[in-house]
Amino acid sequence: MTQLALVIDLNVCVGCHACVTSCKEWNTSGTAGYMSDMNPYGKDPTGTFFNRVQTFEIGEFPNSETVHFPKSCLHCEDPPCVPVCPTGASYKRESDGIVLVDYDKCIGCKYCSWACPYGVREIDEHQKVMKKCTLCVDRIYDQALPERERKPACVLACPTNARLFGDVNDPASEAAVAIRERGGYQLMPEWGTKPANHYLPRRKTSITIHEDELVRVDNPLKKERQLPMPDKDAPTLDDVTSW
Amino acid sequence: MHPAFSVVFLTTLIGVGQGLFLALYTGQVYSVFKVLPVQDSANFYGIGSGIAVIFAASGLLASFFHLGHPERAWRSAARWRTSWLSREVIVLPAFMGVTALYGLVHYSGWNPVLFTLRGTVEVDLSLLIGAINTVIAFALFLSTAMIYACIKFLQEWASPLTVVNYTLLGSASGFTLATAFAAYQGSDLTQFYGAWAIILTVAGFITRLSSLIRNARIKHKSTIGTAIGIRHAKIVQKSQGFMTGSFNTREFFHGAPASVFTAVKWLFLITVFPVPIFLLSIGLAAQAAAVLVLAFVVQYLGLIAERWFFFAQSNHPQNLYYQTV
Repeated sequence: MTQLALVIDLNVCVGCHACVTSCKEWNTSGTAGYMSDMNPYGKDPTGTFFNRVQTFEIGEFPNSETVHFPKSCLHCEDPPCVPVCPTGASYKRESDGIVLVDYDKCIGCKYCSWACPYGVREIDEHQKVMKKCTLCVDRIYDQALPERERKPACVLACPTNARLFGDVNDPASEAAVAIRERGGYQLMPEWGTKPANHYLPRRKTSITIHEDELVRVDNPLKKERQLPMPDKDAPTLDDVTSW
Repeated sequence: MHPAFSVVFLTTLIGVGQGLFLALYTGQVYSVFKVLPVQDSANFYGIGSGIAVIFAASGLLASFFHLGHPERAWRSAARWRTSWLSREVIVLPAFMGVTALYGLVHYSGWNPVLFTLRGTVEVDLSLLIGAINTVIAFALFLSTAMIYACIKFLQEWASPLTVVNYTLLGSASGFTLATAFAAYQGSDLTQFYGAWAIILTVAGFITRLSSLIRNARIKHKSTIGTAIGIRHAKIVQKSQGFMTGSFNTREFFHGAPASVFTAVKWLFLITVFPVPIFLLSIGLAAQAAAVLVLAFVVQYLGLIAERWFFFAQSNHPQNLYYQTV
């Protein structure tokens, strides 16, 4: 069964918020209606967003590192927000596993947002319906777009390619390979929601060098010997041994 | 969680309605078995049911203020197979309708005897309707409480104690109102209802205290480590992605200072339990209906504080993502 999802590589995310703004731009211009902002140029602006980038500091200086953490709907394989919806407005598509809200059926009771442990559903303060990431469902199937653009807006916007998009149940897809080979993990696995979105962990590239690997035991050209340099005609190791 | 007053009023008002109906019907069943004297149908059961319907209807009205699209509320009966909210949406109007019918049968006096049990107990129409409505009333307590108890990661709510507390506190407030109502009607049932109101209030005190003790010792399964999937003893949030608040910061934090939070807890512990018991005892001893009404008013106001605290106390795991601006 197809399960479309995002795989987010925390190792290369630089926290630039390009995915946040491109998401807002694409989805506020869509046929499903705008994502409203309250007081956008005033003192306390607030608005509807499907995607956010947060920043965490791990450890204590000097042994600390900064982790930028993009968060949007994880399109759980067992979504707790869907069965609680009293109207059936919140649903998970059989065909591709995307969790969606039917804005025409939603009564704005907010119960689904209570039932989501990740806090990725937001009520739109003007339209009074629950909204969430759609994986750009109006874009990924659009035949009018060139095939390479049939991806969520956030994926296309990411300058470091930290966001991969694909069917996580297809072993050959880029997303599934990344999860399998680069240690992809799920958020809050303790609740059994089986999020489809995965995160790739931070990685450190390091090699271990031992002392004897820095000083060459054998030194046929005597280049690194102490001064003064021996005579060029003096016998080398190769001259006195027979290998 | 941020306590929404629409939901606070919904759950407390329908609890009073359910409790009052259960009190009326208990009185009727006892009188059928000739344990208690028979009451006047129209004035006692008829008007009493009317009051129960008014409380339930006020609760339903309050719930509409919680919705973004109240005109679509009818849709919410659709998913009763999976959603406790949907079940409540079906059971609440059913409770109101059947309570109204129960009251109407009593008020109109058209109450034919349907059959006789063992030749002595006459089962009339109102007794049958009341039996059905008793099941509905308990189903309503169950569905209301399960809306909260079924969300497993809201660990303060995910407990059978939630269902027990909703049932006992709703019944206690309903029986307290029944006591005051019976006293105003000059009914012989005043002492009976008063005794049960005190028993239910004491039982509610024990179970509510149990849930407070449970919640004080609760160990949350989700941590900042499982939330972002990084194992480290020291993880500090530096940015939540915005500066001036969002739905996530408005809906899931109660926002009250710690002193107010603690004060509300003590306020409801005093006004829901000892004060009404004291007032009920005085009112019953002195036959003073006004004191019994006061007991109900104090207990109901206390229940508003209790419900506010119930919502404010639960910690949503999404709050782990929203710790620092």
